[in-house]
Amino acid sequence: MGSRLKLFLPLFVFALLAVFLFRGLGLDPTELPSALIDRPLPAFNLPALGQERMVTQADLVGAPSLVNVWATWCVSCRVEHPYLKQLSDSGVPIYGIDYKDDDAQALQWLEELGNPYRLTVADRAGTLGLDLGVYGAPETYLLDSAGVIRYRHVGVVDERVWRDVLEPLYLQLKNGGGAP
Amino acid sequence: MIRFRLLCLAGLLVIAGQARALIETYDFSSPELEARYQTLSEELRCPKCQNQNIADSNAPIAQDLRKLLHEQLEQGASDDEILDYMVARYGEFVRYRPRFGGATAILWLAPMLLLLAGIAIVVVMLRVRARATRSGAVALSAQEQARLQSLLELAEQDS
Repeated sequence: MGSRLKLFLPLFVFALLAVFLFRGLGLDPTELPSALIDRPLPAFNLPALGQERMVTQADLVGAPSLVNVWATWCVSCRVEHPYLKQLSDSGVPIYGIDYKDDDAQALQWLEELGNPYRLTVADRAGTLGLDLGVYGAPETYLLDSAGVIRYRHVGVVDERVWRDVLEPLYLQLKNGGGAP
Repeated sequence: MIRFRLLCLAGLLVIAGQARALIETYDFSSPELEARYQTLSEELRCPKCQNQNIADSNAPIAQDLRKLLHEQLEQGASDDEILDYMVARYGEFVRYRPRFGGATAILWLAPMLLLLAGIAIVVVMLRVRARATRSGAVALSAQEQARLQSLLELAEQDS
C-alpha cells in the first residue's frame, strides 16, 4: 500500500505547486506594504498650495480622512481625479499632497478639474513624500481620527477600490473611532 | 575628411551628453565616503522598479534616494543609520539583504532548511537501497526461482 501511495507523490507535489502558483497569479508583486501602517503621519511644515500659510501634520488630523498624493505630471492622477471629486462631494474629507510639482500648474489643474481637497500641501521638493515612503503617485493613505496611518493604496482610487477596500475601513474608523 | 571628423566629434558629444544625463555624479569629500556610497546604492533596492538597485535605476525615486544617500553620507551618518532611515520609510523591502527576524526569517532560513531536507532525503534513500541489496535481493524462494526459469524460457522461445 505504501508503495502504491508513493506512485501518487508527483501528483501531490504538482497539486501543491499548482495551489501556490494559482494564488501567485492573483498577487500584485509591485504592491508594497507601507512601512508606516499604524504609525502617525510624519511631521512636516510645508506651505499650503495657493495660500500664504504653512501647514503641519496637525492640520490634517481630527476625523478619519484620505490623504492623496498627486501631481500634475502624473497621468493616473488625472484618471482618478473625477472619482476623488465625487467622494469629497459625498462628504469624505480628502487632503492632497502635491508631490514634486509646480504650484502654478497645480493650481490651474484644480481650477480646471475641480478641487476635491480640503487642503493641499505643496511638497515641492518631495520631502514629505520621502518621509511617507511614496514611490509612485498616485498613492492614497487612510488616516484615523488621531492621524495614524491605517492603510495605503498605491495606484488609482476608483469605485471598485473604494467600495471593496477603502470604504469598509473608513466606515469602521468613523463608527468605531478607535482601532479597527 | 575634416568635415566627417567634425561630424563624428559632434555625434560623440551628443552621446556623451546623454550618458551623463542618465546617472548623475556626486562629489565626495573623501574616497572612503564614495566607496560607501557605491556599496549602499548597490544594496538599496529601488521601490518603484523592483528588480534594480538604486545605483542601476533611473526612476525618479531612485534619483531622489541617491541624492539623499549622498547628503546623509556627507553629513556623517553611519551605514546603519542610513539603512534604518530607509527601512523606516520603505520597509525591509528596500534592502537586498534584509535584517533577520519576523517576516524575513523565512528568507534567510529557507535555503538552509531545503538543503537539510535534501540531504535527509538522500541519506534515507541510500540507506533503504543499501538494506535492500544486503538482505533480500539475492535470495529467491524455490517458487520464485521456478517462475523466473519459466519466464526466461518463454522469452527465449519468443525471440
